[in-house]
Formats: sequence, C-alpha cells, structure tokens
Amino acid sequence: MFRGISFSVEAGNLLQLVGPNGSGKSTLLRLIAGLCDIADGSLALDGGHEELSIGQQCHYAAHQDAIKPALTVVENLRFWSGFLGGGNVDGALAAFDLKRLETFPAALLSAGQRHRLSLSRLALLPRPIWLLDEPTVGLDSASLEKLWALIRDHLVKGGLAIAATHVPLPFPGTEKLDLGVEAAA
Amino acid sequence: MSILWALIRRDLTLAIRQGGGVGTALGFFLTFVVLLPLGLGPDQALLQRLAPGALWVALLLSVLLSASTLFQQDYEDGSLDVMALGAAPLELVALAKSAAHWLSAGLPLAIAAPLLGFLLNLNPAGIWPLAISMITGSLALSLIASIGAAVTVGLRRGGLLVSLLVLPLYVPVLIFGVSASAGGPQIATAALLILLALALVSLVLAPLAAAAALRAYLK
Amino acid sequence: MQQFANPARFLALANRILPFIWVAAIVAFAAGLYGALAAAPADYQQGETVRIMFVHVPAAWLAMFVYAVMAISSAIAIVFRHPLADAAAKCAAPIGAVFCFLALATGSIWGRPMWGTWWVWDARLTSMFVLMLLYLGYIAVWQAIDDPHRAALVARVVALAGAINLPIVKFSVDWWNSLHQPASVLRMDGPAIHSSILWPLLVMAIAYTLLFLALHLVAIRAEIGQRKIRALRIAAIGER
Repeated sequence: MFRGISFSVEAGNLLQLVGPNGSGKSTLLRLIAGLCDIADGSLALDGGHEELSIGQQCHYAAHQDAIKPALTVVENLRFWSGFLGGGNVDGALAAFDLKRLETFPAALLSAGQRHRLSLSRLALLPRPIWLLDEPTVGLDSASLEKLWALIRDHLVKGGLAIAATHVPLPFPGTEKLDLGVEAAA
Repeated sequence: MSILWALIRRDLTLAIRQGGGVGTALGFFLTFVVLLPLGLGPDQALLQRLAPGALWVALLLSVLLSASTLFQQDYEDGSLDVMALGAAPLELVALAKSAAHWLSAGLPLAIAAPLLGFLLNLNPAGIWPLAISMITGSLALSLIASIGAAVTVGLRRGGLLVSLLVLPLYVPVLIFGVSASAGGPQIATAALLILLALALVSLVLAPLAAAAALRAYLK
Repeated sequence: MQQFANPARFLALANRILPFIWVAAIVAFAAGLYGALAAAPADYQQGETVRIMFVHVPAAWLAMFVYAVMAISSAIAIVFRHPLADAAAKCAAPIGAVFCFLALATGSIWGRPMWGTWWVWDARLTSMFVLMLLYLGYIAVWQAIDDPHRAALVARVVALAGAINLPIVKFSVDWWNSLHQPASVLRMDGPAIHSSILWPLLVMAIAYTLLFLALHLVAIRAEIGQRKIRALRIAAIGER
C-alpha cells in the first residue's frame, strides 16, 4: 500500500491525514488500530497501558457505523458500553444531542443522525487514542461544532487523535501528513 | 463475563426483533418434514423406522442454514471492527455469538423437532431420547456452523460454500446423534456421552477457528 | 523483493532435484507395475481383479498422506509463518483430491465384481468419501476468495478443522457401521498378504509417493511464478 512513512503524535495533539483517494489513509488508521498487519515497520505507544494492545486503547470511527437498525438509539449505546467495559451512556447521548431520539429505533434515523450516533461512541468512555476516518461527512454545522468540542476536550485531557479528512481543522498545532506526497517520494 | 453477556443479550434481542431467525428455521424444518413422506410414500412402518434419522438431518440443515450468516451483519456494518478493539478477544466474541445462536435457534429447534415427530409416526417412546440428544447435539451444530460462517463472512455468495465446508464436519454429530436417539439403551447412553464430548470439544476449538478466520477478513 | 529471497532458494533446489525424482518415479512405476501385472500371482478367489489392489491401495494411502501434508503445512504456516507453507498446502490439495478420487473409483470398479455393487456405505468408503469432500471444500475456499493473502489465512483454518475432524469421522463411521452390519461381509484384507504381492504393493506405494513429490514441487514452482506475476502487476499499477 505504502512504504517509507514515519510520523509521531504527541499527547494533546492531532494529526491530520490527507492525500488523494487510494493513498491509504483508511488503511493507515486500520493499521494503527491493529486491524491490519504491518508488513514491515513498527508502531509504538509511549506511556500507554502496558497490558492492553494499542487497538484496545483506540476509539475507531469509520464509515461503517456499527449500528444495529433493529435496536433503539439507547440500546445501541448500552450494548457498546457493556461490550467495551463500562461507560457513560447519558453523557454519550448528550454529546451529539441524541437524548430526544433515544427510544427511536436506529432504523428510523437519517444518515446524519446515524453518523452522530456512531460518533457518540467516542464520548462513551475515555480511550487515549482516537482514530477518525472522515468524521465530518454528513454532519450539519451544529453537530460539527459538537464534534470539534468533543475532540478539543479529548486533546485538552491529554489524548491524541488521528483524523483522515480534508476539512480544515480548528485546532492549533495540528500537524499534517500527506500520504500522496510521502508515497511518491 | 459481563462482556459476553452484553453480546449474547444483544444477539437474542436482535433475533427476536428482526425475524428471519428461529421462525424461519422452524418453517424450514416443518417443510422438510412434510416433504419427506411425499417422497418416500405414506408407509407408516417405514416412516417410523426413518423418523429419528430424518429429524436429525432436518435439524442439521436448519441449524446450518440459520447459522451460515452468523457474522455477516456484524462484519458488514463495522461492529466486528469495534469488537476487535474491545477488551474481549475475538475468540470470546465468536463463542458468545455461537451461544446466542444456540439459544435462539438450535435449542428451540431441538425442543420442537421431537414434537413434530408425530408427522413421521415417531415412536412415542423415542421422544425423550431424541429431545435430549438433539439438545446436546445442536450445541455442537451451532458451534461448528460458526466456523463455516466465519470462513465465508466476506464472500458475497458464500451460502453453498458453507454447506460444502460444514456438512462433512457434521458427520460425527449426525452418526452419534442418531445412535443416541434410536439405539438400544446401552448404545444410546454411550452415544449420548460421545455427543456431549463432541459438543465440549467444539466449545473449545470452534471459537478458536472462527476467530482466526474472522481476523483474516478484518485485514 | 525480500519476500522472494526464500522462494528463490527453494526454486533452485527444486530445479536441481526434480529430474532425479522424475527418474526415480518412472523406475519405481516400471518395477511396481511389472511386479503387479506380471510377477504377482492371480488370487485364487478373486482372479485377475486382485491386481486393481496395486493401483487402489497406494492411492488410498496417498490420499490420506497428502491431507496430512496439507494440514502440517498449514500448521507450519501458522506457527512459523514460513512463506512457502501456504503454497505447499494449496498445491497439495488438488493432487490429494485426484488420489482420493482414484482410490474411490478403483475401489468401486473392484467392488462391482467382488461385492456385486458399485458402492456400499461401508465405514471405510464413507470416511474416504468425507475426505474427498474435505479436499473439495479446501480447494473451493482458495477459489472463492480473491485476495491470496486472505485466502491463505482462511484456508489454514479449513485445512486444520478438517484434519481434526477426519479421525473423528473415521472413528464414528466405524462405530456406525458396526451397528448395521457385521464386519465379515466387507473384509477387505481377504488373502493373507504373501511376499509376492507385498513387494509390488510397497514398490507401487513408493512410486506413488515419488509421483506426488514431483507433482507437488512442479505445482509449488508454478504457484511461485503466479505470485511473482501478481506482484509485478500490482507494482505496475502503482507506477501508473
């Protein structure tokens, strides 16, 4: 897919992945989460939890939203809080203003609302690394503000985030990694 | 443990709400049982002799068909990605999903099958042995089917392949299941114990195999 | 290019030893067939049909041996991640399936005059039949999955699941068979083996094994070639 890339992200910072289609942004995120094997190279997390893998300290939010249409909004979140080992379901509902929708089956949600539900997993329980694959797609401006607030809060608390997106990000100190340039070099 | 329970509970809820689960499997079972006398002729004595074996084959096929898409939805909607990042390893995920499938499909089928035996003139004395052996055997059937479901999870047309892969693995369960439900008392006990052993072995090995196959598809 | 380092060494070795294996296989077949068709006496009960045994029995042995090769290669692929182990397992399967088919077909041809039927649901026949299904399933997995890396990972699971199941099937059908019919009807080891029959049988078994070895090496060589073609094509796409 790609070779010869290297990067580092400090706690409290955000790395923005850019590059043309097929340059491997999504693959890189899956690689960090441990969902792909690294052919040759290494990945290290300083100061993380020793007994957990890097993937177990990641939130991974991608286009596939991991939502069951037959469950209600709150049931979806409750399942993930049970499966991921605890979490604040009410806080997650509040993060993207889904409280009003909590008893609706997820099947009835619009695409944007589904995406908000998917992103609210980020607020469910703290994990130090956030891997976001095109997190802004389909969000209205109010929800976008909520997403920025959520990420800012995460960064302030010393988390780190890696986001694959072309939208300009409103965070100071955002670094950019251009996979298109790296791959060509 | 609570993680497993969360997953089992979710899958059971989905099985009840979504339909296409146990109801369809029971319908398939019933159709199979109705077709059999049509093919074999209505000879009561012949049907009575064939009943346990025929019911077992019907159970085999309905469990296989209902389990062949066990991981499909979770794979396609990304749930499996998130589960792979959870605290529980994929082996436990596979185990929990097989358990949920057994509770929502295998077990109801195993209980209903002997009751449908009257359609095949099943000897009433055979109902209990059949029920007990089917309850034990269906656990092994659900677990073994999870291997096939995992191996074909990313394939658009995996249905036939699942059958080709899983049915040979079902041979021992079928043989000992039929012996346990239709053999003489001594043979039946021995066969039931072996059936139990097969279920326990599958309980250990099937989640390992299924998780290995699932990992291959996540990559 | 690092991934070719090991296969390159394998290719050199294979090319060097293949001619010897072919010669040895031909010699073994010549000797074995002479022993089987000319030297061995016709059976006093079965007449000339007993000679099918010299084709049939080694084929059945090899069908099981090749599955073992496949399963062990898959296990090696999992444990040591040897780059050629998956290729070895993949290439063994069609050859094993042919041996298995040969054993079933010759057994059927033999069974017709001896037992009066082409097929019986005897324990041995049934377990060979299941073996054939396992081969077909394994081959189908490789064909169904487009991405070769993913196919390899999945095929390992299938090969090992079958390997665990096969002894259980064998054991269960033995048991099943004993419930239905006494073993006396279908005793296949009819005549006590006499040395005039034993040595051609063993030579034929060696010949089959050499044939398998040669075919396996050729198949792995072809597989490596195909991998190389694929890698070159992917590289060519990347450059565009």
